[in-house]
Amino acid sequence: MGSNLTSNYFEVTAVICFSIGFTMLFLNKNLIKKVIGFNFMDSSIFLFLASNGYITGRISPIITNGSVASENYINPIPAGLVLTGIVVSVSVSAFLLALTTRLYLRYHTLDLDEMIRLSRAEDD
Amino acid sequence: MIALFINWVEGEDTVPVPEKDSPSRNPGREKRHSTKVSNRVGSSSSHTKELTLLYDVLSVVVCLTVICALLVTVSWLPKFGSSDNPAENEVYTRYVESELREAGAVNTVAGMILDYRAFDTLGESNVLFVAVVSVIILLRADRKGKNHTLNLPELATTPEEKPDDEILRFSARILIPAVLLFGIYVVLNGHLSAGGGFSGGAILGGAMILYVRAFGVEKMEKIFTFSTYKWITFGALMTYTLLKTWSFYTGANGLESGIPLGKPGAILSGGLILPLNICVGLVVACTMYAFYSLFSKGGFGNGQ
Amino acid sequence: MATVQNFPFAAIMLYLAGGVTCCVLKPKASKVVCLLLNSLVTVLMFAVLLYTVRTGESYVYWMGHFPAPWGNEIRIGPLEALMGTAFPLIMTLTLLGGMEHIFEDVEPEKTNLYFTVVSLLMVAMLALIFTNDLFTAYVFVEINTIASCALVMLKYRSGRALVATTRYMMMSLLGSGLFLLGIVILYSITGHLLMEPMARKIRELFSTGNYAFPLTVTVGLFAVGMALKSALWPFSAWLPDAHSSATVSSSGILSGLVVKSYIILLLKIFYRVIGIDLVYSSGITNILFLFGFGAIVFGSFYALREKDIKRMLAYSSVAQIGYIYLGIGIGTSLGAKAACIQILVHAITKPLLFCTAGAFMSASGGSRRFENLRGAGRRDLLSGIAFTIGALSMIGIPLFAGFITKLHLTRSLFLFGTWKFWFGIAALVISTVLNTLYYLAAVSVLFQKVPGDSPPVERPSASLFYRCSVIIFSVLNLLYGIFSEPVTQIIQSGLSLFS
Repeated sequence: MGSNLTSNYFEVTAVICFSIGFTMLFLNKNLIKKVIGFNFMDSSIFLFLASNGYITGRISPIITNGSVASENYINPIPAGLVLTGIVVSVSVSAFLLALTTRLYLRYHTLDLDEMIRLSRAEDD
Repeated sequence: MIALFINWVEGEDTVPVPEKDSPSRNPGREKRHSTKVSNRVGSSSSHTKELTLLYDVLSVVVCLTVICALLVTVSWLPKFGSSDNPAENEVYTRYVESELREAGAVNTVAGMILDYRAFDTLGESNVLFVAVVSVIILLRADRKGKNHTLNLPELATTPEEKPDDEILRFSARILIPAVLLFGIYVVLNGHLSAGGGFSGGAILGGAMILYVRAFGVEKMEKIFTFSTYKWITFGALMTYTLLKTWSFYTGANGLESGIPLGKPGAILSGGLILPLNICVGLVVACTMYAFYSLFSKGGFGNGQ
Repeated sequence: MATVQNFPFAAIMLYLAGGVTCCVLKPKASKVVCLLLNSLVTVLMFAVLLYTVRTGESYVYWMGHFPAPWGNEIRIGPLEALMGTAFPLIMTLTLLGGMEHIFEDVEPEKTNLYFTVVSLLMVAMLALIFTNDLFTAYVFVEINTIASCALVMLKYRSGRALVATTRYMMMSLLGSGLFLLGIVILYSITGHLLMEPMARKIRELFSTGNYAFPLTVTVGLFAVGMALKSALWPFSAWLPDAHSSATVSSSGILSGLVVKSYIILLLKIFYRVIGIDLVYSSGITNILFLFGFGAIVFGSFYALREKDIKRMLAYSSVAQIGYIYLGIGIGTSLGAKAACIQILVHAITKPLLFCTAGAFMSASGGSRRFENLRGAGRRDLLSGIAFTIGALSMIGIPLFAGFITKLHLTRSLFLFGTWKFWFGIAALVISTVLNTLYYLAAVSVLFQKVPGDSPPVERPSASLFYRCSVIIFSVLNLLYGIFSEPVTQIIQSGLSLFS
């Protein structure tokens, strides 16, 4: 065990949320809950990433007062990556929800196992 | 054992059920399931109960294992908020200190994602594009209002709400101009303050959705149909791709791109960042509206 | 900078523009655009391949005005150029081979979107092959995921395809989640995202012993994430449904190319980011080796049991992916070379098998089950012969491409010679026996004489394009089986430039 468990409280929260989201996406049978799990998982990674860029006592990197000294500003890279990640996550959620809508209209259930059984039954 | 388990988790029917069920389909069992199609009682097959318990236990075990492994990892990571972390290195310093000179945007993050790391952002717009294409494939109904994807007679399950809500219309009349104005402001000032194409586009998309909720599809169709959507997306993404092709090509070949950076802080500054933000804003606004109308009506009204 | 060095970048941009254009065109026009684009890119990339082989070096191409630790880059060496040539070529041939089925299986008004999705998929795969930046890799991994899922669900009449898409998507998302977490942890301990500075920093950390535990965890996260996405056993339960319920071309593309692009990315990360020595010392290769072994054995067993030709081919893909991971798992450069050879071999063989399977289906009234496919090879002799060539290659008969993989795998196993030797040889023997059983059974069913009273189902005259595609695939297979040495050389020089 390393020494920074308590000081990295943002990362600790993020990985706990990540694991919960991961398990939900992996093992929950309900498609809507899977989508929620996916969003939970991705958002927690963004929290992790955003906390990496933070430096105590500095401000966001929008240069308004003319000073370009790097010791005034926090790290802009994680912010940019989070921005990219959010768009990816929105796209994937839209796709998943569209899939769920179609499947629900066809099988009238949200349970993935049930859908698999029904789809096999109609295939034969 | 692991394979069996994973198959089961994934819904393969190789689960050890009491009667020795060969993994290839057993006709009797299938019949039971197909009868269930008609009455749709939900999932209550004979082996579900024990499996549900196993599922629960397993979820907890998986979750706790992942948590423990990651917590140990986190405990070794650099300290939160300290200024001598590995991430605070020459990359960060140059982005903050030279961005204004090299990319010309007051908002360092905008400069970073649309100039230094523009290839990522180009990819990101295309993630959005491929997602909207997929949603169109899944949900868009054809001219007769049929969706062939699943042979359903009608896609629309939610009845079209007659927009006769006076309160909604009144507040929309006041709100929509303000929201649109704010969205345009956020898009155009992406290089000067927090914001940019994605956030501004989402705001604009919100205004469009509010309009269609308040005044109905028919009014919206006069200005915005599927083909408008198609051509706006096509135009914006093409412009984006061409601008970036020019910038990447000149960059890699060591040529001058010939795009003036302007005076930092002015609205016309930051080189390509402003036009790119506008393109992204258009794509995102249309995409948000497209998501809304595809999910609620399977298209952009009847006239397509 | 020489003009030819711009071509990989031009290929990516052309596909991007092509994908957007296909979206507004009519289906027939978008088909032409997509095919022309694929052929053009094949030619461009072949020029790059010749260039990199002649210079024997790799080069870095800036995506913008800024050098390594600041701006995005792509990197092209002999191996990347080889894969970059093979992928569009195979994509063109697979599309041609299954074109009739695309127009049957995809909803008529949305057929142009099929080509949009295919172009964007090519963007993603080329970017994954060329990328020199981990976060770019993540973004394009996501495009790859969504586009490949869209390819499965484009077969619009089948509910099973939709369910298969959902399962595929869920497993893929778990993979990308782990992959992204790996990138984030690496970023927080190195402060870089581009591969070269990151690798330098990791070597420094490795020698000082700092952050040893997080580094090991990230290696595991990358390996598991990519294994989930490339259907390594035991994470492969989604693959048979997804690959068999899609339309013929999609099956070929997914089995032949998409899965491989993730493995190439994993190899790139192992070699160019983590450093291959650290990977070997972390022991993750042993796990990959065992999983590869399991994939070969179980994939072959399941394929043997299957009564449906496309599902049989899909299970065979599970086994063939096992070979790739077996090669990586040996933990020597020879093993990695064998893995790259297998990537190419499987990429030229499996689309051929899927395309011919599509032809048999339309020669037998659309059924995929073997009992209805009796004599299909006689009704459609060209496909019958092509399928036999593919089957012999999969079994590993000399003179066919599949033999080359087994040769190189055996050689690297011999030279390694520990416990892995026995496992590896056992896997090769078991899989060869099982492959022989199920592929020869399939071939014999296809060439079975049908009793005279059941008239052969007339197949709609096979298009010229289909015949060309199948013939070119077969010739490629034989050529590769006979003259494999130049390609092996390119792979070797490419791999040695990786580290």
